[in-house]
Amino acid sequence: MKDLSVTLSGVKLDNPIIPASGTYGFGQEFTPYYDINVLGSLSFKGTTSESRFGNPTPRIAECPNGMLNSVGLQNPGVDHVIAHELPELRKIFRKPIMANISGFSIEEYVRCVELLTQEEQVELLEINISCPNVHGGGMAFGTNPEAAAQVTRAVKKVATKPVYIKLSPNVTDIVSIAKACEDAGADGLSLINTLLGMRIDLNRRKPVLANVMGGYSGPGIFPVALRMVYQVTGAVKIPVIGMGGISTARDVIEMMMAGAKAVEVGAANLVNPYACKEIIEQLPVEMEKLRIDKLSDIQRV
Amino acid sequence: MKFEIISNDQLTASVWKMVLCGDTAAITRPGQFVQVSLPGFYLRRPISVCDWDEQTVTLVYKVVGQGTDAMTTLPVGFELDVLTGLGNGFDTSLTGDKPLLIGGGVGLPPMVALCRQLLAEGKHPTVLAGFNTADEVFLRDEVEAMGAKFVLATMDGSAGVKGLVTDAMKDLDYDSICTCGPLPMLRAIYNQTTVPAWYSFEERMGCGFGACMGCTVKVKGGYKRICKDGPVLEHDEIIW
Repeated sequence: MKDLSVTLSGVKLDNPIIPASGTYGFGQEFTPYYDINVLGSLSFKGTTSESRFGNPTPRIAECPNGMLNSVGLQNPGVDHVIAHELPELRKIFRKPIMANISGFSIEEYVRCVELLTQEEQVELLEINISCPNVHGGGMAFGTNPEAAAQVTRAVKKVATKPVYIKLSPNVTDIVSIAKACEDAGADGLSLINTLLGMRIDLNRRKPVLANVMGGYSGPGIFPVALRMVYQVTGAVKIPVIGMGGISTARDVIEMMMAGAKAVEVGAANLVNPYACKEIIEQLPVEMEKLRIDKLSDIQRV
Repeated sequence: MKFEIISNDQLTASVWKMVLCGDTAAITRPGQFVQVSLPGFYLRRPISVCDWDEQTVTLVYKVVGQGTDAMTTLPVGFELDVLTGLGNGFDTSLTGDKPLLIGGGVGLPPMVALCRQLLAEGKHPTVLAGFNTADEVFLRDEVEAMGAKFVLATMDGSAGVKGLVTDAMKDLDYDSICTCGPLPMLRAIYNQTTVPAWYSFEERMGCGFGACMGCTVKVKGGYKRICKDGPVLEHDEIIW
């Protein structure tokens, strides 16, 4: 019997598989495909203080080995999430929930954290300072060490659950941002968010995305994500959740060998709704081949 | 879900018909679509269901890009991974006794299964198909074989009524409308009609099952995901 369990800042997960925010809604869309209680946790759709429509369509473009999205944090707002989405999610999901929070000001992050940290079953807070698809916020906090530290300090003051800061890869030196968050009191980090990209429609001679640019995700970014997780875990002591293009059980193990304590699976859910379930089922098989009994024993290479 | 290609034939210069064999139990309504995974492409391709029975599903698709172009090269016997039963589809219980089914170009295929179901329910549908030229016409025989009235409109008058479907509509007797086709056509029908109407929309999709928010549009009273809450929207909720 293989032991898939991992622990993040004292929160024990049955396995390290967490669907990444924005690729899994609030879980409801996946229940026709499998019982989502097989998951370790679930990072729900990025939530802001007020409701947001997001960007105009087209919001999706295809890439070799991945996709661009410019959804732009469409969400019903934190009050609606607490009143409607979380009660519905609790009906179908018994595992620890990770609340994913975005904002356009420090005050907005703080308000969302104050509200969501009190919610039953929300055991981890993931603070997104890295959304590439919104202006005047999101990634702006994640591309400057001092701004990242400010957000971290502010949310840590009101958070009663472990705070994981989600980092952007669209920076010159991700390690300096990671260290700034650690020094500011972050309990952990999650990385990477999507890589800023663009496609052009040759026939229309216009960008494919209405918002021109969008975030690149999918297997194509896996080596970049792995490299960044490796660099960050070499420089900080707090736990890191690794993500970026993970599509198979072997990718999970590779990401953990780069230093990640758990992983998030994103774009793979969108092209294969069974992705997380299949990865969880395949993990013991790959562990057996690699003579690993306990996933949490994996050491950074 | 695995499906095997039974046939993959060219109907016109840019339109092909693919018949797949597999478990179709998840398909519940005409106007739904499937998401086809194609070798070499990351995202699935959303294709409307033209018709289906217990073991087969028929897709009539237009070559609009590299993915659908690659679809034309897939041989009989090839196995495809397909997500089925996606979208709301048309609710035939809401139409009148004499629904007009309007298909513009590659918007025509979902009208086939819709017509079949309406006929089975004892209703009297008319299918109105709009094309640019006579060369582009497809699925005419399939609709006529079902015993439904078929009206054709072409822009250049090379077949059927000359002009737009909105011109051809004027001479027809109907009490409700179900339509699928290019946005300008849907909008023209919307502006002209006074009967209850349902419109099937197209949008560039990510997942196709409601998770990614890639295809959200504004409607009266909120937002809808074209893939999950649509693709069929009711007349009174649409914002152009």
